[in-house]
Amino acid sequence: MSPRAACRLEALGFTDVYDYAAGKEDWLAHNLPSEGAAANAPTAGSRLRHDVPTARPDETLAAVRARVDASPYRFALVVADDRTLLGRLRHAALDAAPGTAVHEVMESGPLTLRPHLALADVESHLRVHQLAYVIVTDPEGHLLGTVHR
Amino acid sequence: MVAQIDLRRLHALLDVGAQLVEVLPAAEYADQHLPGAINIPLKTVSPGTTASLNRTRPVVVYCWDGL
Repeated sequence: MSPRAACRLEALGFTDVYDYAAGKEDWLAHNLPSEGAAANAPTAGSRLRHDVPTARPDETLAAVRARVDASPYRFALVVADDRTLLGRLRHAALDAAPGTAVHEVMESGPLTLRPHLALADVESHLRVHQLAYVIVTDPEGHLLGTVHR
Repeated sequence: MVAQIDLRRLHALLDVGAQLVEVLPAAEYADQHLPGAINIPLKTVSPGTTASLNRTRPVVVYCWDGL
């Protein structure tokens, strides 16, 4: 729809026209603010927690284990320097040899959701799949946070 | 040929005063839209409905996902 609108504007004589083709869905999927009647509706993005321990793939388990033990959680999320989500370290994986590198034992590619999903749908997802939490990322895979039951 | 832009470029254009136009139907705009966007539904784009746009500033159009 927006490509046609952009062409129409050019035909009307506008000379500096751009098409944000990824559109409103992309904007909301980055958990950016919006306006309108539904702007404040509860979403995954409105209930994000940001305090789950994170780890770099080249760290040793000993360092990560200390952070997890000092947190209220029993897992860590593995991220690249730009916060791209790479994997998850469940508690059982943290019991491997302390010198083991995170990337050797992490679970790659955990399921993620986008932040603009309605909170009711997220809560239903957690119930149906008997999950304690879900990981939320933007479309480029950057970690935004977690939503918990 | 209209340039397609990503989110990073959109932010840069907004920083220099670009005008945002949502071309979805009015009900969808009323429900939720990008901050500061105005609504000109695709079917209504005309000299009259675009008269309020400043021709000296960039115009960025968007819908839900470009389709």
